[in-house]
Amino acid sequence: MNILSLFVLIPILMIVGVFLSRSMQAIRGVMMSGAILLLGLSGYLTALYLNMRAAGDRSPMLLVSDMTWFESLNIHYTIGVDGISVLMLMLTSIIVITGVLASWKMNPLPKEYFLWFSLLSLGVYGFFISLDLFTMFMFYEVALIPMYLLIGVWGTGKKEYAAMKLTLMLMGGSALLILGILGIYFTTGATTMNILELAKANMPIEMQRIFFPLTFLGFGVLGALFPFHTWSPDGHASAPTAVSMLHAGVLMKLGGYGCYRIAISLMPEAAHEMAWIFLILTGISVVYGAYSACVQTDLKYINAYSSVSHCGMVLFAILMFNTTAMTGAVLQMLSHGLMTALFFALIGMIYGRTHTRDIRLMGGLMKIMPFLGSCYVIAGLASLGLPGLSGFVAEMTIFVGSFEHTDVFHRVLVIVGTSSIVITAVYILRVVGKLLYGGIVNEEHTKLTDAVWYERLSVVTLILAIVAIGVAPLWMSDMIRESLELFVI
Amino acid sequence: MNEMEFTLYILILPLVSFIILGLGGYKMKPVVSGLLGSVLLGATTLLSYATAFIYFTAPRVDGAFAKMMPYNMKWLDFGGTLQFNLGILLDPISVMMLVVISTVSLMVHIYSMGYMHGEKGFQRYYAFLSLFTFSMLGLVLATNIFQMYLFWELVGVSSFLLIGFYYTKPEAVAASKKAFIVTRFADLGFLIGILLLSFYTGTFDFDKLCSCDPALFSGAIQASFLGYSVISVALALIFIGGAGKSAMFPLQIWLPDAMEGPTPVSALIHAATMVVAGVFLVARLFPVYETFAPDVLHGIAYVGAFTSLFAAAIACVQTDIKRVLAFSTISQIGFMMVALGVSGMGSHEGTGYMAGMFHLFTHAMFKALLFLGAGAIIHAVHSNEMSNMGGLRKHLPVTHITFLIACLAISGIPPFSGFFSKDEILAASFSFSPLMGIAMSGIAGLTAFYMFRLYYRIFWGTPSEHKHTPHEAPALMTVPLIFLAVVTCVAGFIPFGEFVSSDGLIYEIHLDPTVAITSVVVACLAIGFATWMYKKGSNTMPDQLATTFCGLHTAASHRFYIDEVYLFITRKIIFDRISTPIAWFDRHVVDGFMNGLSWSANRVAYLIRGFQSGNVQQYAYVFLIGTFLIVALALSQYINF
Repeated sequence: MNILSLFVLIPILMIVGVFLSRSMQAIRGVMMSGAILLLGLSGYLTALYLNMRAAGDRSPMLLVSDMTWFESLNIHYTIGVDGISVLMLMLTSIIVITGVLASWKMNPLPKEYFLWFSLLSLGVYGFFISLDLFTMFMFYEVALIPMYLLIGVWGTGKKEYAAMKLTLMLMGGSALLILGILGIYFTTGATTMNILELAKANMPIEMQRIFFPLTFLGFGVLGALFPFHTWSPDGHASAPTAVSMLHAGVLMKLGGYGCYRIAISLMPEAAHEMAWIFLILTGISVVYGAYSACVQTDLKYINAYSSVSHCGMVLFAILMFNTTAMTGAVLQMLSHGLMTALFFALIGMIYGRTHTRDIRLMGGLMKIMPFLGSCYVIAGLASLGLPGLSGFVAEMTIFVGSFEHTDVFHRVLVIVGTSSIVITAVYILRVVGKLLYGGIVNEEHTKLTDAVWYERLSVVTLILAIVAIGVAPLWMSDMIRESLELFVI
Repeated sequence: MNEMEFTLYILILPLVSFIILGLGGYKMKPVVSGLLGSVLLGATTLLSYATAFIYFTAPRVDGAFAKMMPYNMKWLDFGGTLQFNLGILLDPISVMMLVVISTVSLMVHIYSMGYMHGEKGFQRYYAFLSLFTFSMLGLVLATNIFQMYLFWELVGVSSFLLIGFYYTKPEAVAASKKAFIVTRFADLGFLIGILLLSFYTGTFDFDKLCSCDPALFSGAIQASFLGYSVISVALALIFIGGAGKSAMFPLQIWLPDAMEGPTPVSALIHAATMVVAGVFLVARLFPVYETFAPDVLHGIAYVGAFTSLFAAAIACVQTDIKRVLAFSTISQIGFMMVALGVSGMGSHEGTGYMAGMFHLFTHAMFKALLFLGAGAIIHAVHSNEMSNMGGLRKHLPVTHITFLIACLAISGIPPFSGFFSKDEILAASFSFSPLMGIAMSGIAGLTAFYMFRLYYRIFWGTPSEHKHTPHEAPALMTVPLIFLAVVTCVAGFIPFGEFVSSDGLIYEIHLDPTVAITSVVVACLAIGFATWMYKKGSNTMPDQLATTFCGLHTAASHRFYIDEVYLFITRKIIFDRISTPIAWFDRHVVDGFMNGLSWSANRVAYLIRGFQSGNVQQYAYVFLIGTFLIVALALSQYINF
């Protein structure tokens, strides 16, 4: 069996295991062993991938296998990976394991919670290994549905509203997407839904002009593209910690990944033609998200708007259509995934103690919880692009790549985009100053305790990954660059 | 250049120290962490001295010291010819900076063991100091401009962390935020400058850039950006980055507030090393500025001169001793910028370049001494305000003498080091334009005045009441003072021109008697004036002057209201006029539209739900009407047909 299928199989086994478990210990055991297996598998896959490339395998996708599913509709279960999806799988595994750790004391209904959680991760893994448009779309939907229940049942605040909003908006995106996918399938006249095959088929430009925006917007909604980002602040604010982590950390990356792999790769001519519209939208996302974050008072809203800004940067870079900027986009996806998961984990831990996320009601937490406080500062520094942490590498690659366009339109947009690094510093330091530094605002808070072992483990894992990218980015960036060059656009 | 491979340890040791103290520091005893930091830094200092010794004793190539690159490895690939390397570049200015940074840093490490004794977070303090030293050394050793940017940002963050060391103090938090954001804003200019420059030249390497190969720069000269040639724009933007770190007008506002950090930190970061990074940056790219954008270079000179005057004027009326020193730092950096700005290439034309670097070196030593002395004073009287001092010379003999030496040096009195370097700057300014020379001489006089105002108000004048008698600092603090004082006394006699000069060839320093005599006379007059005004606390002249020049005095004590302008821009414009409306727009318009969609869907559903009432008679009624309609339709079709 193809090793990639294990990424789907293990979550299925986790679902079965959780279903059969009778105690919290058993559930934790199942979830942890599953998550560790997945992480190990991702590590192994990365090594395997690098070895195969080193051995000279130059095919765009490795470990490809194909299984017919619906003969009459040409739907296949086709899987395969390139450097980008290998890294995305790695990211997912890290976030799943830290998410499990962050929801160690899940209450109420832990069993149901972890069932949906596993199903969600199943969808994400399936999406990243798929090469068949339809299978990919199916996994995408599998990842979306559990989100509704996870937020609606285990969330906080206006959870029903937020869950409904998030699901409806993302479903709206899927509706555009299925139109796009069907459009691609029928107008190329292909007898397959395999992306590799479709990329070779020439789609008429008139048709591309219709279906490119649909597909790009469909994925763009998930990637928090302005003005379809409003599900993100409400959704994240209401979601339980691990769901926020998984959602912002991985699910939003499905958007960027899909935009690249499907919208741009399959319809390059229309993409070039219409890029300017989406460049403006993503440019707005970048700056608009950053400015909005400056005045929010809820920690999760701040982080959600910051995600709008950072994810906007991903789409922005993809639309630059050059290898360097796109490499930066993938690095930014990884970097943003890790650091936003770290943020949400920390916010969840702080909220679990203070029972508020309003920065006006908290202060001086550094003194009370030095560990969580220091980690929050590190997350903040990663977010504002401190060298040595992942954000710097990603942003610099994007900026250098984007600068390859010499026309005024691109120059102005890129300079506007770079200006976001200053605004990011403003809102990050505002939070650090108010929340962690200064005097203690609420005397009740002095009794709170610092992080416990599973929280520490979760946070430290994420920080290590962020530092690893930030300190030694070359192998990763080469891996992405190579994959981009092989997959001819 | 195999024998220079050990220079890598200059970077590794402080990094190791940071990692150990950062991760495990909280478990250590404070003394252990302090010792560990200081010992590792001592080793770094020795290595730096060894590097300097080996480098400057090596045989010259064509009369100049060879550039060495013991390390240069690829760190990130940007495609094409653009590569982000990390490495070590040894050339006269980077080796000189190594010596400056490691010396001052070591002194601060030792001094802090006394000064910070018993502070909460002692280990954290040493961890951050190590991080800073690592970043600063990385900055000066950078082989390419992007590596410099990387360490530039790291230096900024270390400065942020150290200014905010007393994180429960709101002023310290605000100051650290301000420092970071203002310099970040400047760094944006730096970054865009790098992107422009590297895009057109296809390289980040200083080695290639400084060769000023016309072929490399042809693209950048021809292309225009906003009506100017790209090279000028890029170099001007890069200078903005340098101006931010070096607190040049109008980006100087963060530096005085940065004094909220512990005093040894001010000595290290905000007096001797980080704030001169901008000067170093301009010096590093000096050949490029000189060849392709002399206008920008002249602009740098004017900015430097204006900043120098502006800061000196403010320094005359401040009452917090650290703020006086901060403005004095800004003013002195202005001198260095002027020196670089008026300089040309070659032996005589290059005086300014040599003078700027020389002044950077001497200033680092005596300014660190002044700050450490200020630390000893603050340690003794527990206050920063001059009004709480006075008559301290009896209580703090060592501090008094060392402080006096530093004051004489900064005022430019021979034979102290400041005299030699400042004199060269004045000579270079005079050969640039007489006006510039006169202006700079005047500012030098102003410097002597405010430094001696400070000196007399601390050590002479009326003693103020203290709860307990001020006492001299412990040996851990006085030894660094004495060391730096000795350096300040002798540094002027270093034949600096043999080591550092614009074209690398030996430059003979010869004092221009007219300039030297003028400047000494001006300085002596200024000191005399300060003596008359402040030596006895009873002289009412300062108050009379303050009332006579009421407007000017108030404006200067409010630092000419530049801070207020910034506050207006950030609070009123960015927060109130941009962010708040955007957030409102997002919630009410963008999100409102989405909510409106769902509301209208609801509304439509409400309107049509009457059709599904469950009432059988109604269904039958509708069914019948439907049937009739269909039959009628079919019939009409049939009849027409």
